[in-house]
Amino acid sequence: MNKVLLIIQREYLSRVRKKAFLVMTFAVPGLVLVAYALAFFLIKNKEGQDISIVNVADQSGVFAHQFKDTKLVKFTIANKPVAELKKDLKDSPSLFVLEIPQNYSAKNAVQLYSSRKPSLTLSEEIDDQMDRISNNEQMIKAGIDTAKLAKIDSKISIGAKQITSEGEKDASVGMAMGFSIAGAILVYISLFIYGAQVMRGVIEEKTNRIIEVIVSSVKPFQLMLGKIIGVGMVGLTQFLLWIVLSTAVSYVAAGMFTKDKAQVKTEKTTGIGSAMQQNAKPQSPAAQMLSKLDNNNWGKELGAFAFYFLTGYLLYSALFAAVGSAVDSETETQQFMMPITMPLLFTYIISVTYLFQAPNSNLAVWLSMIPFTAPVVMMIRMPFDPPMWQIALSAFMMIVGFLFTTWVAARIYRVGILMYGKKTSYKEMRKWFFYKE
Amino acid sequence: MLSIRNIVKQYAGHRALSDVSLEVESGQVYGLLGPNGAGKTSLIRIINQITAPDSGQVLINGQKLNQSHIEKIGYMPEERGLYKKMEIGEQMIYLARLKGMSREDARKRLKYWFEKLSMEAWWSKKVEELSKGMQQKAQFVATILHDPELIILDEPFSGFDPVNAELIKDEILELNRKGATIIFSTHRMESVEELCDAIALIDRSHKILDGRVKDIRNSYRDDTYLIEYVGNKLDFDGSQPFQLLDEVAGEESFTIRVKLNGTSSNDVLQYLIPKVRIQLLQEVIPGMNEIFIKKVTEMNR
Repeated sequence: MNKVLLIIQREYLSRVRKKAFLVMTFAVPGLVLVAYALAFFLIKNKEGQDISIVNVADQSGVFAHQFKDTKLVKFTIANKPVAELKKDLKDSPSLFVLEIPQNYSAKNAVQLYSSRKPSLTLSEEIDDQMDRISNNEQMIKAGIDTAKLAKIDSKISIGAKQITSEGEKDASVGMAMGFSIAGAILVYISLFIYGAQVMRGVIEEKTNRIIEVIVSSVKPFQLMLGKIIGVGMVGLTQFLLWIVLSTAVSYVAAGMFTKDKAQVKTEKTTGIGSAMQQNAKPQSPAAQMLSKLDNNNWGKELGAFAFYFLTGYLLYSALFAAVGSAVDSETETQQFMMPITMPLLFTYIISVTYLFQAPNSNLAVWLSMIPFTAPVVMMIRMPFDPPMWQIALSAFMMIVGFLFTTWVAARIYRVGILMYGKKTSYKEMRKWFFYKE
Repeated sequence: MLSIRNIVKQYAGHRALSDVSLEVESGQVYGLLGPNGAGKTSLIRIINQITAPDSGQVLINGQKLNQSHIEKIGYMPEERGLYKKMEIGEQMIYLARLKGMSREDARKRLKYWFEKLSMEAWWSKKVEELSKGMQQKAQFVATILHDPELIILDEPFSGFDPVNAELIKDEILELNRKGATIIFSTHRMESVEELCDAIALIDRSHKILDGRVKDIRNSYRDDTYLIEYVGNKLDFDGSQPFQLLDEVAGEESFTIRVKLNGTSSNDVLQYLIPKVRIQLLQEVIPGMNEIFIKKVTEMNR
């Protein structure tokens, strides 16, 4: 066992000391920082937008007094003929002239003049308001009491509540979907990255021809185990550093970009997780989404990710190790990689296209029991709270699964690592499997 | 020291070792000879516990082979190499620790060997930065760093440049004088007579010959003598007390090879002395190379 520790140590340190590891470790928090900067500048730009002033020249007499000012659009009633108003446009880019003729309902009858192209939001705003006013006008003509109508006009917004044994919980479907897809992608990618690292490590030992020196000191299984655990720990270290650094970066960034922007600051601090939403102001959609992160249990998600990454990694990396042992160079791995990557790829595709919309379907349940597909599928299902017995069974199957693949892989590995210069076939690998010690 | 008893190793489709037994005594330099593919590497891998025999036993100092023996053996495989991206000093210590040495002991021993082979300057160099010759030296140090009682070298002289091969040969012999038992396999005979105390000859999974080099060569003696004389060319009419095998005329002397049939060399001298002046009389003892070829072709028939 002592020797396995030595191997783990070497595998771990030799990878963590690499430049690529450092670069990756700082690249992700760097991206978070960039995302913050971008978000900040976008918000700032929005706030810095000019207020548009719309001069309304209304010949119909229906609209002029009924326009309502908004934050970015102010309406004034024209006191000059349109031709003169148009002349004023030249000097101020934020000035608009809205000409409404007598028969305003004809196609393209209403005209908006300006010195620059009006923004989509502006024309939509005017369009919406005119629709409202015109509707009102027609309802009044038809004898409908618009005051009464306004009273019964209910504004409905759906807030989903899920009834569980712990009571009611906010169940935001959108958030859950986001979580499940993000989790699935993360597991899928990390299984590939770290599995391939194990395979490359095995091939390296074979091509360097050091393998026989090592297996004269330790059992092949010890070497394989040490390598798998060492690389797995590199993966966990990477994730841990990302979480810690990204959190730190978000705090720093939030502080840096929002010093004197009270509005933005509330949004940001919410984003980090402290739910200070007592203010009466309506939340921005972004802030709403971020505050929902708290409702989705972080601990549960992280725990599930850690478990399914680890067991999935152990399962697949053993197979990757077996493939590495059977070949002489990375270019030969293609034919053996197929059957390993196909179930992963298949699960991934079906997950992000279909399963996240049907996380409790029969297919999803079955796939979450099969160890080869469970890591990705369970990450999809986890935010939708699958029944406890299904989680337990899936976890149990994962453990059985990785013990099984490790056993199979080790039998191929111990023979494969000592085979040089032969093109390996599946038939050959089957023979290796049945070799005695 | 090492005793191998009735080892059988079968791979799917072919037999690598059939009922091979041999004894290596403590302090010997033991040569494992045989053509390529004879089963030498299979046997060596069994001694190193890389594979296990289908049947038969390996004993080290009378004990059945077990995990504790790994530390006592230093093994340099035919396919050799090191981690290319790892620093040489760190790597040597790592390999010694895998053999059960403590870090401190490994460091001390490494210092000794690096000084002895004037390699101190490479301690923190990566293997890929070293020349081929330097890597070979490092490979040797990795093999013997943990001070093994039994050193096993698979084809040690192939792949090494002549200077390093000589250096390593000297170091091996010095370790042997200090008490280490050496086993090496080779399919080349040149070095065998010079180095080995005993050998085993393996051909197509069977051991066909083993024993002390001296004994084997003696047993292949067939009373053939080489005689060089000066004087008139002799005519052999059948009355001489030996059988003439061949005859070569040199510039000033004649050389004959003769086979004695029960007579002694003194009888031969007595017969020759009155006729010519004898310059040389020497028994022809067959070399290992001859025996090797003879034995293998015999088996092939």
